[in-house]
Amino acid sequence: MKKVFTIEGLCCPNCAASVERDVNKIEGVIEAKVNFITQKMIIEMNEEDEKRITEAAIEVCKDVEPDCVVTY
Amino acid sequence: MNKKDKKLLKRIIVSLILFICGVLINHRIIEPVIFVLSYLIAGYDVVKKAFERIIKRKFLDENFLMATASIGAFLIGDYSEAVAVIIFYQVGEIFQSCSVNKSRQSISELMSICPDYACIERNGEMVKVYPDEVKIGDILIIKPGDKIPVDGVIVKGKTSFNTAPLTGEPLPKEAEEGDFVSSGFINIDGLIKIRAEKEYSDSTVSKILELVENSTMAKAKTERFITRFSAYYTPIVVALAVCIALIPPFFIGNFSKWLYRALSFLVVSCPCALLISVPLSFFCGIGGASRNGILVKGSNYLEALSKCKTFAFDKTGTLTKGEFEVSEVKAYGINDDEFMKYLAIAEKGSNHPIAKAIAKMASTEGIEAKITEIPGRGVKALTQERVILAGNIKLMNENDIKVPETDECGTKVYLAVDGVYSGYVTASDLVKDESKKAVSELYREGVVKTVMLTGDTAENAKNIAGEVGISEYKARLLPEDKVESVKEIISESGYVAYAGDGMNDAPVLALVDVGIAMGGIGSDASIEAADIVIMDDNLLKIPKAVKIAKKTMRTVRENIIFSIGVKGLVLVLSALGMTNMWMAVFADVGVAVIAILNAMRTMNVK
Repeated sequence: MKKVFTIEGLCCPNCAASVERDVNKIEGVIEAKVNFITQKMIIEMNEEDEKRITEAAIEVCKDVEPDCVVTY
Repeated sequence: MNKKDKKLLKRIIVSLILFICGVLINHRIIEPVIFVLSYLIAGYDVVKKAFERIIKRKFLDENFLMATASIGAFLIGDYSEAVAVIIFYQVGEIFQSCSVNKSRQSISELMSICPDYACIERNGEMVKVYPDEVKIGDILIIKPGDKIPVDGVIVKGKTSFNTAPLTGEPLPKEAEEGDFVSSGFINIDGLIKIRAEKEYSDSTVSKILELVENSTMAKAKTERFITRFSAYYTPIVVALAVCIALIPPFFIGNFSKWLYRALSFLVVSCPCALLISVPLSFFCGIGGASRNGILVKGSNYLEALSKCKTFAFDKTGTLTKGEFEVSEVKAYGINDDEFMKYLAIAEKGSNHPIAKAIAKMASTEGIEAKITEIPGRGVKALTQERVILAGNIKLMNENDIKVPETDECGTKVYLAVDGVYSGYVTASDLVKDESKKAVSELYREGVVKTVMLTGDTAENAKNIAGEVGISEYKARLLPEDKVESVKEIISESGYVAYAGDGMNDAPVLALVDVGIAMGGIGSDASIEAADIVIMDDNLLKIPKAVKIAKKTMRTVRENIIFSIGVKGLVLVLSALGMTNMWMAVFADVGVAVIAILNAMRTMNVK
């Protein structure tokens, strides 16, 4: 399945790139893409991992940019 | 300007006032205190973020660079410099955030094709619902000024539509009962009722929105290069800065002078200008294209399109209208009316475009006929009195019917009644009005070779290619031959684009570097298969797309050269001590803002 997140408050594409790198490292993530301009993150994953990966991905965003707002 | 930026702006103003006070007051203790205060007001978040990231061991970001540089300046004793750097940096951040927001906004305005609600008729009453609640078969009422929420067919009324948000076509489109209408069309004047043929999620509008949202996910090579570049660039620059700070003082002393140089060096080094402006240029290019009714599925296709020197076209439906017209009637032994009547009887049941054109020309009312289609040949019709054969020359030959020789122009349908040759008609496919102009514009954009692929006869292909100005043609191709000949073209030339109507050329669209499908509205197949979808049938959109692609690539190159150039220069200057931190901050933030503004130009291509 593909899940779309909106990340508001990422300061620069550098941050977006590092979110992308780190989310891809989460176990169970097939592919993650972060688009700085549309403020979208799309994560491809298996359905049963959804909850765990969602939480982990939000944590990654907060790590990179503490004031960002993630919605899905 | 959003809330966050406004808050930041207030902080900057307060900090700036304090800064000026600090410059004016020349007191040994008060001065540093005011500067520190001013610094913290403007830059506490930068310092905070820098520390947070150091703790997480991911410290090489711009906050770290700015915090290190400004704190370093404090330590050397350059208080005013330290504060100025942080203020300047924050002003730049506001600029940057505003310009990125601005481009986000203009792009979402381009995409304002999304309908807000739908009016359903239920038990004679009108109910307002969300578009995604509409079910197939629902009857919707569309008032003037409303957007059509889902794809459907008009069941009552007639009107004209503004299709510009989807197709970029400024002229209104007329439609009446029985016509297909796409979601996203805006009803101009008449009240109509439509029957929903698709749910919202399968309708054209959601397909397009999904496609555009995802479009920047397919990254161009240039984009990927920039991301990789930045991964090496920042650590290298930081290492260099450390060298500048430590090595020269070891030999010649004057530690603080070299530290200052190293700090300026750090300030310049942030790669943000590049990282923002390159994907933004692509994004704006894609946004500008969609305003023209050209959907591009990814930046990589824009990049590839700008390199295409060879364009291949499908003939029927792409270069031509796909509508046949009978251009010549030659009856033999019977009169024209009788001839057309027999022909119409035979052809009326067939779905072939030529048959349709013929059937329109004569009335067959009251005549019953038993019709058998002979694939690849024509049809055989049995009426009560006659045996009618209508089809190509093969059909005639196989039935031992003698046909006098004719010229080779156009597509011919021969008729035989009761085994006797009775004449032929010539049907020709009409070339689209804009085909010639589109091809010549492509040549002007630097395209070297154009090829037409068709299943039609060589003679027809030659005529049409000549009329349109296409340099090569490959005729008599079966669908599977098309794939082979496209492979051939690809092996001969570099990047190849192929334009077709998307109906039966999905394999070819997938094979080439850039597959362009014409007439995207109402055809899911073509939206799926192609890399670039032209929403209406207008061939002139192809040179337009090439123009947009080239402009985008030019902007991308400009931004890369400009930002690397300025940064490189300032890096060298600061290592040599020929610049100060102010210049360094400009080289970082100023360049980013200029590059962003440059990127936004790609949205408007004339």
